[in-house]
Amino acid sequence: MSETLNTKRAKKLAKGPFGGVGHALNEIDDRLGAAKGGRTFLDKIFPDHWSFMLGEIALYSFVILLVTGIFLALYYIPSTAIVTYHGTYMPLYGQKMTEAYASSVNLSFAVRGGLLMRQMHHWACDIFVGALVVHMARVFFTGAFRKPRELNWTIGTTLMTLAIVNGFLGYSLPDDLVSGTGIRIAYSILLSLPVVGSYLAFWIFGGNFPGTMVIPRFFVLHEFIVPLLILGLVGAHLALLVRQKHTQFPGPGKTEENVVGTPMFPVFMAKTTGFLLIVGGVTAALGAFAQINPIWQFGQYHASNISYAVQPDWYMGFLDGALRIWPSWTFHSFGHTIAFETLVPALILPGLVFNLAYAWPALERKFTGDNAIHHLLDRPSDRAVRTSVGVATLSFLMMLFIASSTDVIANFFHISLNTVLWAMRILVVLVPLIAYPLSYKICKEMQSFKGAGKRKTTNVVTRTAEGEYVATASPRYVDDVPSHLAPIPVPKFITELDSVKNVDEGNGTRVVDR
Amino acid sequence: MSNNHETNTPVSLRGLSADDPHLQPAARKPARVEKVISISFVFAIIFGVLFIAAFVQNWQPYILGGSLAGSLLLLGIGLVAWGKYLMPRGPFVEDRHEFRSSDEDRAAFAAAIIQRGGGVVKRRKVITGLFAGGMGVFSLGALFPLLRSLGPLPKGTLFHTDWRKDAYAVDITGRRVLVSDLAIGSIITVYPEGKQDSENGQAVDQTVLIRISNQDFTTMKGRESWGPQGLLAYSKLCTHLGCPVGLYEQQMQLLVCPCHQSMFNVNNGAVPQFGPAPRPLPQLPIYIDADGYIRAQSDYHEPVGPGFWERS
Repeated sequence: MSETLNTKRAKKLAKGPFGGVGHALNEIDDRLGAAKGGRTFLDKIFPDHWSFMLGEIALYSFVILLVTGIFLALYYIPSTAIVTYHGTYMPLYGQKMTEAYASSVNLSFAVRGGLLMRQMHHWACDIFVGALVVHMARVFFTGAFRKPRELNWTIGTTLMTLAIVNGFLGYSLPDDLVSGTGIRIAYSILLSLPVVGSYLAFWIFGGNFPGTMVIPRFFVLHEFIVPLLILGLVGAHLALLVRQKHTQFPGPGKTEENVVGTPMFPVFMAKTTGFLLIVGGVTAALGAFAQINPIWQFGQYHASNISYAVQPDWYMGFLDGALRIWPSWTFHSFGHTIAFETLVPALILPGLVFNLAYAWPALERKFTGDNAIHHLLDRPSDRAVRTSVGVATLSFLMMLFIASSTDVIANFFHISLNTVLWAMRILVVLVPLIAYPLSYKICKEMQSFKGAGKRKTTNVVTRTAEGEYVATASPRYVDDVPSHLAPIPVPKFITELDSVKNVDEGNGTRVVDR
Repeated sequence: MSNNHETNTPVSLRGLSADDPHLQPAARKPARVEKVISISFVFAIIFGVLFIAAFVQNWQPYILGGSLAGSLLLLGIGLVAWGKYLMPRGPFVEDRHEFRSSDEDRAAFAAAIIQRGGGVVKRRKVITGLFAGGMGVFSLGALFPLLRSLGPLPKGTLFHTDWRKDAYAVDITGRRVLVSDLAIGSIITVYPEGKQDSENGQAVDQTVLIRISNQDFTTMKGRESWGPQGLLAYSKLCTHLGCPVGLYEQQMQLLVCPCHQSMFNVNNGAVPQFGPAPRPLPQLPIYIDADGYIRAQSDYHEPVGPGFWERS
């Protein structure tokens, strides 16, 4: 008896049907009670739709930012002390420069893999903010921000602002000519704030521009405080996503009460890990083959030097464009100056845009009276007003973005700067004014076309034994929207409040046959 | 057709038998897909080895990055294909659960806060108020020195530059500028002597010196002595956002800011002609001494650079 217990086979059997791993899991469960929750987690269903991937791009480019950022932080020196460059890049040899600039050039040329890491970091940042914009647009146009997900929309909007701020801070760190100009502009924007402006600018910069404190302080903000905030909010964003479960588009078998898709383990895990690697691969390819921000060409920042065609990173473009086309209106009176020429385009305008984003879920609830829980997404065309507001806002920002390159446009097309300036001033107002009714009309057209997006089914014709021909409709295609989810009157948002009330006793829910 | 329809109906993972068609791979020919994925992983390994070699040998960044990209992309594509074609095809469904708690739980939660907590607070109004006051004073106290210790108060800093009466104008290398150094149509950036090396001096004191003629030139009434022998000195800080006004358009006599394209007319006191700048560039009163050096009559008569609240 004791002999049989000592055989390998007996030992294996003693561990239960799932072997050593199963045994280890049991040991963990004895202590933490993790099996039940763990199974629920592995069974968690993720809906399949390409547009749900946009947020993943943002998440994974943030992961790349963290990894490459740690690498850069090992070599970058946040100091404005003046040193003489004795590195490997000959055109700058012997020049006096700040340690910040010297270490940025050094980590590009002298550190193995440094240039690749720096370019990947910069590209990942541009991709990060871009993915955030597209992800935010997806959430907006499909109504994914509606109750119960308003809090996650708020977190997301905050993440967007933090990403832009941190992008600017990081862009400032190399202390090259272009980044220094950006810091100078940021300082002047701070100055423009009424009453507190000069105090705030002096405190943040530790004195008058440029001082010696701005680089070390921006470094602490860029690589510690803001990333920590972003990390915490990303965690909260994902925790809420897990708690509230994913939204899904209407489709066969999909209702407000369920989630249809692929399970966390192994399918989603494999796909999403693969996608992390793909995002990393694309960023590496960009970092390897597409030069970005060649600081060694710009040279050290000197407050009295400047280069032509100074443009910030793309996500700051709308601010720069607004600063260019806003007229030179200023206010001098009662012994004070209010720099409206800076205040309005650089602070009030982005303030309005972001506060509109924050307020949107509440505004929509108020104007539609729709206070119901929503898990099924909207087709953008079903919500004409929301979609048109979104298109108009995006086109407005797009025009401001284009306005940030007035000088380049004028040069490239050989037209006068004055013409370009006035064209952009007009377009910034005109394009959103055209975009709104145009998208509203397109949405209405799409709504009125019954069965839009459905495929026709064939009739199967059979001949009976008596010779009679009988036509029967073949089964519906599996991906077609089932009849109980076919387009039916939905609340028309702000415009047709009365008809909303008629739909479902005033709470304006989409009527779904359950 | 109906069979296909059936297997496409979402099912729950719970209690699904191991041979359920939903757990079959999505690919019709899994063996072939597996072969493709294997090839992709093999090349990923090759690229990975190349990446290590590039790192060890310190090859060009594009080889290093290219091999890293190839390795990551092929691993990623293979893994996504594995998940998409060789893993349980589904679709699966799970139920959502209402977030709303039961009425009893809601009432008990609210009661705990309002009755238990509120009772304690309401009955002790004096110490509640004192505690709130204490925390408030502490927060203000904590906030204020934190902000205040970050930097000095602006005081008069923004109103003055380092230009003083009789200060020599020097170029970036510290050489005193002679009137004979400047031909008609030429432009140079100057600083008050001794400040050309300091970043703060450069940022605030930077001044452009332009020679537009041989004759004494008056840009504005009251500035009759400011332009000796056609030499005009303007602050180089754009009055919009403080970029250096670095471009000189000689034919139009314009100073142009490259940041937001403000243009200032040199001849009539640098009044902005175009763009978002709200004010003319301040002009520095200068004179030419007996040795031909260019020197300042005084500091600027108004603050240089962008606008701020305390500026009148």
